[in-house]
Amino acid sequence: MAELSVNGQQVTLSDDPRTTLLDTLRELPGFTGTKKGCDHGQCGACTVLLDGRRVNACLILAVQCEGCEVTTIEGLGEGDQLHPLQQAFVRHDGFQCGYCTPGQICSAYAMLEEIANGEPSDVTDEDGVRLSRDEIRERMSGNLCRCGAYANIVDAILEAGQREESPS
Amino acid sequence: MTNSASIGQPLDRVDGPLKVSGAATYAAEHQLDHAPLVGWIVEATIPTGRIKALDTSAAENSAGVVAVLTHRDSPAQTPFGEPDDEGRFTQSRAMLRDDRIRYHGFPVALVIADTLANARHAAGLVEVSYESEPAVTVAGEDADEKPDELDGGLDADVSRGDFERAYGDADVTLDVTYSTPNQAAAAMEPHATIAEYDGEELWVYTSVQLIGPAVQVLANTLNLDPDKIRVLSPYIGGGFGSKLGLHNEAVLACLGAMHLERPVKVVQHRRHVFHNAPHRGNSVQRIRLGASRDGKLQAIGHDSFMPRARDYAFAEPTGASARTTYRTDALLSRHRVKTVDISLIDSCRAPGHSIGSLAFESAIDEMAYRCGQDPVAFRLANMPDKDPSSGKPFSSHDLAECLREGAAKFGWDQRESAPRSHERGRQLVGYGVASTIRINILVKSTTRIRLSDDGSLIAWANMTDIGTGTYTILTQIAADILGLPAGQVQIELGDSAYPASCGSGGSFGAGSSGSALRDACMKLREKLVDIARKQESLKSADFDGARFERGKLVLGDKEVPLTELVRQSGHDYLEVEGKVEPGEEHEKYSQHSYGAQFAEVTVDRDTGEVRVQRMLGVFSAGRILNHKTARSQLLGGMVWGISYALLEELMLDERYGAFVNRDFAEYHLAVNRDIPEVEIHFREQPDSHSNPLGSKGIGELSISGAGAAVANAVYHATGVRVRNFPITLDKLLEHLP
Repeated sequence: MAELSVNGQQVTLSDDPRTTLLDTLRELPGFTGTKKGCDHGQCGACTVLLDGRRVNACLILAVQCEGCEVTTIEGLGEGDQLHPLQQAFVRHDGFQCGYCTPGQICSAYAMLEEIANGEPSDVTDEDGVRLSRDEIRERMSGNLCRCGAYANIVDAILEAGQREESPS
Repeated sequence: MTNSASIGQPLDRVDGPLKVSGAATYAAEHQLDHAPLVGWIVEATIPTGRIKALDTSAAENSAGVVAVLTHRDSPAQTPFGEPDDEGRFTQSRAMLRDDRIRYHGFPVALVIADTLANARHAAGLVEVSYESEPAVTVAGEDADEKPDELDGGLDADVSRGDFERAYGDADVTLDVTYSTPNQAAAAMEPHATIAEYDGEELWVYTSVQLIGPAVQVLANTLNLDPDKIRVLSPYIGGGFGSKLGLHNEAVLACLGAMHLERPVKVVQHRRHVFHNAPHRGNSVQRIRLGASRDGKLQAIGHDSFMPRARDYAFAEPTGASARTTYRTDALLSRHRVKTVDISLIDSCRAPGHSIGSLAFESAIDEMAYRCGQDPVAFRLANMPDKDPSSGKPFSSHDLAECLREGAAKFGWDQRESAPRSHERGRQLVGYGVASTIRINILVKSTTRIRLSDDGSLIAWANMTDIGTGTYTILTQIAADILGLPAGQVQIELGDSAYPASCGSGGSFGAGSSGSALRDACMKLREKLVDIARKQESLKSADFDGARFERGKLVLGDKEVPLTELVRQSGHDYLEVEGKVEPGEEHEKYSQHSYGAQFAEVTVDRDTGEVRVQRMLGVFSAGRILNHKTARSQLLGGMVWGISYALLEELMLDERYGAFVNRDFAEYHLAVNRDIPEVEIHFREQPDSHSNPLGSKGIGELSISGAGAAVANAVYHATGVRVRNFPITLDKLLEHLP
């Protein structure tokens, strides 16, 4: 049995060594927000935060998560209050069918922290890491959206990120 | 007074909060009283033939396995394809019925176990041997079967004027052959179903665009009374045509549930989806154009060759763009198919116009250059004054204005006309344009609404929202007509227990289901006014100028809350039904949405890598019901266009009739970094002939041209015309300077 914390709640996950974090999460009532799109780490729909870093939950075995802290889309907001990123996705229509959305938002959440920490990406130039449309595009390219909401996703993340940078 | 939920307002999606918080319930996520068993599909590994031997014993003895369902013990089913006169979405989709293999990937067994891991493991223990039969897997220009009709009821062949003569007499001619590859809809939610059966009633939680046909196809396949089948599909993780008809795992889940009388969940693995859900077939399109020296089109010829899946009557109208976009003296459009033994070929976003425009708008671009004309000017010089294929008048025609406005906004006049004129360092820069049209359809729809004495309104329809924004625009239509705040309107969709609607597909959803709702709301208004007329205190009120605002009926200087009118009816609520069906407006007029799309690309002269730098589209699609969600639909179609032009190709192993790139590492979709700044403009012109709302289809509009705009920009950048899509760098590299 792997015991871990999901959104602050202690849960016991499947002890089947073949079972991924994703599959075991989706079997728990109240945790189906994490989506399975490809099961191969190719689409990002299952992105969750594992000890604060974004991971594809389909590429992590449940048993590897013993003692870890997992945050899923259900754990981002405060009760009924949506997280600013979630609000920005609604405002900018950063989704259509909504299936890739939890993964996009979890990915964006961790990505903004990566930028804040100065972690460089393929598009970072010598001036260092800054929040920009290009940085967002590059860093969010592991999250596919077949509805094609990319431009709106960038708008949403940029707005939420700027708000974080300069809290009013 | 402006209601923030009025028709047209950019109201946030009403289902947005559920979707961004993970609370929207997709097919596989419904919680039943007892956790369902889990099924895993075992796929055939030959394209056609019979099962010679099937050994399920190891699988049956594997941990957690409850049953291994095969043709030997599956519940009785109607043979595949029967009845053959009701259309493809309701004919039997039998599987595990006999030992025949219909295509590579066709289910030969369903392993049902307590957990996914156990089912998946045991599936690997099922041993199958086959007796292969010769299979036809590839169709190209050898396709010579004439389909009875094309998708949408269109004629396979259309001939106007004497094409051969006009083409032969033309000063300038072009005879080119384009090809587009097999393509996958690749909705992010893999097809999934939970089925529950108690010996009498079958409940099916699935992800399907058309609810009514889903009930009927199960009734036909499983020999059940349709009244005993309930299909639920409240949230759908993308469809794009691949979820129009019910897909394989749904039938399998039902077979499992009926066999065991226990709930069974079957979620297609992404690798299953490529064979167990439909795809778009590859096309070969020969295009012949003839024009006068001054660039007037005289002959348009389009010959389409595509595969058609055996016993499945879907033929894509790829000639749609060639038939209606430009004026011509003579038109010849023909479609031929070849029956193949591969998985189902069906509608994918904008069947016909999407891949038709990819080829045809590229060929038109070639013709413009051949006539020595600017590609925008050439198109403008060939605008039709009536539908060239039918001779019918257009209900409205706005393509020329889209082109003019788009060219101005894009800065088209800054473009040098000769290819390879613009450079930026090591990058070749090109600018391309494409006309965009998409047929506008109205489909019979009904709905029922209830206004309660607390002022809340509920509307029911078996309509679906596949990400198109149906919940939201229906909320706006009801709120607008009845003068209610959006928060008091509740739209209930995705349940076969609700009144029959059009479902989602063919860009007809919003206009059709919206018009049915409008009808219901207008009838409710009449009912409310009738109640008010009987009121003594309102005897002298101004009923001619009756308005519905702020939850009230406003009659000049008098007003009465709708809640009070409901109470005065003597009931707790008022209920009315609404409907719409296509009438003579759709017979008399040729109806389309329009657009013009422009792209700027760069091509790396050393690597051949194409990057789209910016795109701009101007669209005319009648009245816009919600500017935010409409823009998103167009944005999405433009992303598909970029993806079709540059990336997507489903590759077939001809020996096995199998797609080899069955995942997202190998089947390339556009990712965030592939998508540039995109500008979208509306020319809002309600079309009085389209439907009572004046709206037109929008979901499939931009894909019907976006890809060609990109392809034409690649030509302009490089001087290289790639006629076999997608335009990957290997096709450009050897020609670059």
